[in-house]
Amino acid sequence: MSKQSVAVRKFDAVIVGAGGSGLRAAIQLSEAGLKTAVLSKVFPTRSHTVAAQGGVSASLGNSEEDHWHWHMYDTVKGSDWLGDQDAIEYMCRKAPEVVVELEHFGMPFDRTDEGKIYQRPFGGHMSNFGEKPVRRACAAADRTGHAMLHALYQRNVRANTQFFVEWMALDLIRDESGQVLGVIALEMETGEVVAFHSKATVFATGGAGRIYYSSTNAFINTGDGLGMAARAGIALEDMEFWQFHPTGVAGAGVLITEGVRGEGGILRNSTNERFMERYAPNAKDLASRDVVSRAMVTEINEGRGCGPNKDFVLLDITHLDPATIMKRLPGIREISIQFAGIDPIKAPIPVVPTCHYQMGGVPTNYKGQVVGDDGAPVRGFYAAGEVACASVHGANRLGTNSLLDLLVFGKASGDTVIDDLRSGEIGLRDLPADFADRTLARLNRLNTQTGGASVNECRLELQRTMQKHCGVFRFKDMLVEGVAKIIEVEKAVAHTEIKDKSQVWNTARVEALELDNLVEVAKATMVSAEARKESRGAHVRDDAPDTPANPNGRDDANWHKHTLWHREGNRLSYKPVIMKPLSVETIALKTRSY
Amino acid sequence: MDDREKLNRLRWRCTRRAMLEMDLLLGEFLERVYPTLDAAQADAFVTMADMEDLELWPLVNGQREPDDAVQAEVLALLRNVRVK
Ligand SMILES: Cc1cc2nc3c(=O)[nH]c(=O)nc-3n(C[C@H](O)[C@H](O)[C@H](O)COP(=O)(O)OP(=O)(O)OC[C@H]3O[C@@H](n4cnc5c(N)ncnc54)[C@H](O)[C@@H]3O)c2cc1C
Repeated sequence: MSKQSVAVRKFDAVIVGAGGSGLRAAIQLSEAGLKTAVLSKVFPTRSHTVAAQGGVSASLGNSEEDHWHWHMYDTVKGSDWLGDQDAIEYMCRKAPEVVVELEHFGMPFDRTDEGKIYQRPFGGHMSNFGEKPVRRACAAADRTGHAMLHALYQRNVRANTQFFVEWMALDLIRDESGQVLGVIALEMETGEVVAFHSKATVFATGGAGRIYYSSTNAFINTGDGLGMAARAGIALEDMEFWQFHPTGVAGAGVLITEGVRGEGGILRNSTNERFMERYAPNAKDLASRDVVSRAMVTEINEGRGCGPNKDFVLLDITHLDPATIMKRLPGIREISIQFAGIDPIKAPIPVVPTCHYQMGGVPTNYKGQVVGDDGAPVRGFYAAGEVACASVHGANRLGTNSLLDLLVFGKASGDTVIDDLRSGEIGLRDLPADFADRTLARLNRLNTQTGGASVNECRLELQRTMQKHCGVFRFKDMLVEGVAKIIEVEKAVAHTEIKDKSQVWNTARVEALELDNLVEVAKATMVSAEARKESRGAHVRDDAPDTPANPNGRDDANWHKHTLWHREGNRLSYKPVIMKPLSVETIALKTRSY
Repeated sequence: MDDREKLNRLRWRCTRRAMLEMDLLLGEFLERVYPTLDAAQADAFVTMADMEDLELWPLVNGQREPDDAVQAEVLALLRNVRVK
């Protein structure tokens, strides 16, 4: 492929990703009259945001008294004090506004009798600075994410946003000064490679949960935004922090809702013991997600796992009345039959802690600008949603704060682009002569590689390595070994071979390109996790246990800081956590206990 | 579009969906069952693969039944898929 074959299209703004965050950003830009392109690997309403059922949080106070400051407190505490307090204040204060706006865009929220948005309780939502539970989650039945995407998509159609569907962005374009000038993308239907040359580039590519063997994330979550940013020299922040859900179906990863344990489901090991009684004598199977996940891993590590490889535990509901299962847990029987091959009325469901959400990502400030190591914005580059690290989730995300993050920072990034254009901070700059070279070299390598590794095998090796060495419960020696192993995987990935060399609808090529991104995320995660010698939020190390000096294994003296992973040299640096909110007082460091 | 291109496009639309459940089921179906379908059934499957996940999921897990007879045949096969 020669350089001449890269066509160039010009836009005011290009957004990569059509999930909740990308669509929210696009509304701001298109409604301001900017020529806006949105690229997506799939039709917008097939983005992974659809999978979100639980709801979106906002202190509307529709059901009982609530306040954004209480929401802020819960979020800081949930983050185990690793979240940046300026961004957290910004998000929680903006929440009522963006949720009401969404309602005006046509979102069919559940309603109270008086017609207000109905709010339900959710884990970690408290009133009066952690005093007692408060109803803060807004939902549209069990299809909140789906309804949200549809409302946002319709609004974009009205605003004339230009969609490029089944296009995959491959790389960022930056010039010598570091300014971002757009992306290079591949149209799957033609195999054509096109440069989207723009004044502003917004990343909204979602998460990378597919780095783990067991993941609740759909196949699309391959961390493309992270891979592109890392290859363009942007450091990735706090990548050691991944939230796990305790009960994913072993092998498939499909999520089994907490409701199953709520209805009386019991976790058992290979000796049929109800092991949670030992770890959490009071709450037992209903202890918090991290406690249950760690107990499960301990059972497996100590040889009490089930199955031929002793690598899962069992979730037992055989003692429940079948009528209760069918009535209270709809869909669970079908899921178990289709994805575990067992009927849960007759046999227990094999489950393992399963990767669910990525807290880290491309570093941004609360305005949605991507920031470099010194905290200064990278000109022309913005990010929002799961790909971004603002950081509002810190070491652990609070349920329903992710959908909120999409709305708040999607909107903020759009507004900031508009401001930066008006002030002349950004504008269309010439493409450097070699802008497409590295991408074309990558594509060319794939077209000519012989005797290389299989994409599927490399991906599987990567996922198994992450699961075994960097899972929900982490061990020093395993992490050290994991770093060496993931570097081996990287070497194989550099030589993947695809048999299909055609242009049109070459899905093998697309999957190889996705793997290039997964491997960057895997390295960032493993290296960052190995280095962080404390336990905090979702990062829990066996050699950093709960002690009086370091409750929960958290070591603020040495580790109250953000990790930055640099692809170049596989190197780490650190930056301080922003403790100063925008208008209120700092929420001071405290032990996190519920 | 030739057959390879059509099949690859279908593969993408079966395995890059909004819900993991659907990626797994449709991906498995495509590899194992789709090659055995007759022409009318294959067309019905392509139509179903173009549905959104929250339209298709209730059909797959039996909360809803399709109106179309050929779709019902394909659905019966889809409901029998086991992903392990
Ligand atoms: C099962 C499940 C349930 C959840 N429930 C909740 C909940 O109840 N509440 C909550 O707050 N959060 C929940 N979450 C988390 C939340 O859904 C996600 O964090 C959020 O939807 C991510 O949105 P996003 O806009 O960042 O990305 P996504 O919705 O994932 O969209 C990413 C977009 O980027 C595009 N894209 C990616 N790479 C490329 C590329 N290279 N080129 C072009 N386009 C690309 C994709 O096509 C897609 O359009 C849940 C997550 C899961 C997995």
